[in-house]
Amino acid sequence: MFENTSEVIQAENMLKKAGWPVRVMGPPPEIRTGCDLVIVFPLIEELNILRELDRAGAAPLQVVPVTAPLLAPVDLFQTKDFGDYLMVRAANMKITVAKDSLKIVNISGGGCPDVPYLAQAMIGKSLAEAPRPRELGHTLCGYALELAYEELLRRC
Amino acid sequence: MLGIVGTVPDPEFPLVHGRPRLVGDHIRIDGRSIAVQRCTPALLAAALSASETMGGPDIYAFLVGDIGRGDGSRKLYRFLTEHLPEFDIRVLAFHYLQPDVDWHARVLFATHAMPRQPILIADAGFMYAAKMSGQSGSYDFFTPDVGELAFLADELAPHPFYTRGFVLHQDNKVPDLIRQAHAHGNAATHLLVKGATDFIAHEGRVMATVAHPCLDAMEAIGGTGDSLTGLLAALCGAGFGRIDAAVLAAQANRWAGSLAAPTPATQMVELIDKIPQALSSLLLDQPDQKRIEHGGS
Repeated sequence: MFENTSEVIQAENMLKKAGWPVRVMGPPPEIRTGCDLVIVFPLIEELNILRELDRAGAAPLQVVPVTAPLLAPVDLFQTKDFGDYLMVRAANMKITVAKDSLKIVNISGGGCPDVPYLAQAMIGKSLAEAPRPRELGHTLCGYALELAYEELLRRC
Repeated sequence: MLGIVGTVPDPEFPLVHGRPRLVGDHIRIDGRSIAVQRCTPALLAAALSASETMGGPDIYAFLVGDIGRGDGSRKLYRFLTEHLPEFDIRVLAFHYLQPDVDWHARVLFATHAMPRQPILIADAGFMYAAKMSGQSGSYDFFTPDVGELAFLADELAPHPFYTRGFVLHQDNKVPDLIRQAHAHGNAATHLLVKGATDFIAHEGRVMATVAHPCLDAMEAIGGTGDSLTGLLAALCGAGFGRIDAAVLAAQANRWAGSLAAPTPATQMVELIDKIPQALSSLLLDQPDQKRIEHGGS
């Protein structure tokens, strides 16, 4: 478990790049605070993974064993074709691009304060030029926007 | 007085509170200027525009900069906990704040010490925190979109990000989701569900729907849900009964959209400009809409 979602995203990227079989999930109910993600890894690899995170200056706040199933992030995407524009929704976040230029024209939905910040940074830029939500986002809404953005990349 | 609580996307923006003004496409408050784009500034702009059209209510805003790290939200939560009891506010709308169960509980507790119990409206991050804390029933209104309604209906999801697929698939069964959310104690007494059709519900029962005019492009435009919540708050603050306020807000938001002739690339400020025209036409056309004193449903 980490301080915030952006640290989870960094740790996830780093551990996946290093080949560790990690997954991002919802925390167990007893340690939820409001806007959380955790990284799940095989218990047997605890020392190796902690050493790797420590070396990268990304040590977690705490490590807890879990036995009950954890909540999985949403993995359903809804797409709406407006003719000249394409919108993808992941969880509570929506992103819309102009089909001809691949320019991001709107971002809507969400409830966490990084949503307007991400929208400000991304709208008006093409998918290739815009900063990735995973680079600027700090919350689950930011993470959901990253998933919608990735889905859009797959489709365009 | 209507109180509006939320964040602006600027890490340098300090905690400010006071009476805001809408000047062109910016909100001015305490010597500072905020662009009206989406989220809390859009809610505030819609409420200010409606208030100016109707000749009230007065609006007081509590704002802080936060870009998702939660530091600004926590500063604002602390301020509200310490100072809300000093404010006589008729309607209090909470909006884009970092969801935090512990701080949510403290702020809700502080509202109980206010000179009169305000009508409480929660949207966005604060609605997520209210649901997660199990205190949804303390609120008069939640204003979810259909995806967020699925989150409210899913008794296990702590955030819309974890809404289970089988619940999300019920997009076309809004009345069922409303009933589920209410049955699990995860709905405010009233819901205004934003979507292709807007649903207004009380205690789990659909009381009204608004579906006209229907503009597909509105779904893509960031801020259309925020403006709807702003209109609802302003109408409740002006003394309309809760159901009447919700119906009028949904109608005014749709007509403002229609007057702007939007595409999916339209920006929110273009719709805000049309609120006075949309709202005044509706108020003229529906003279039987009743303003009732605080407490009407």
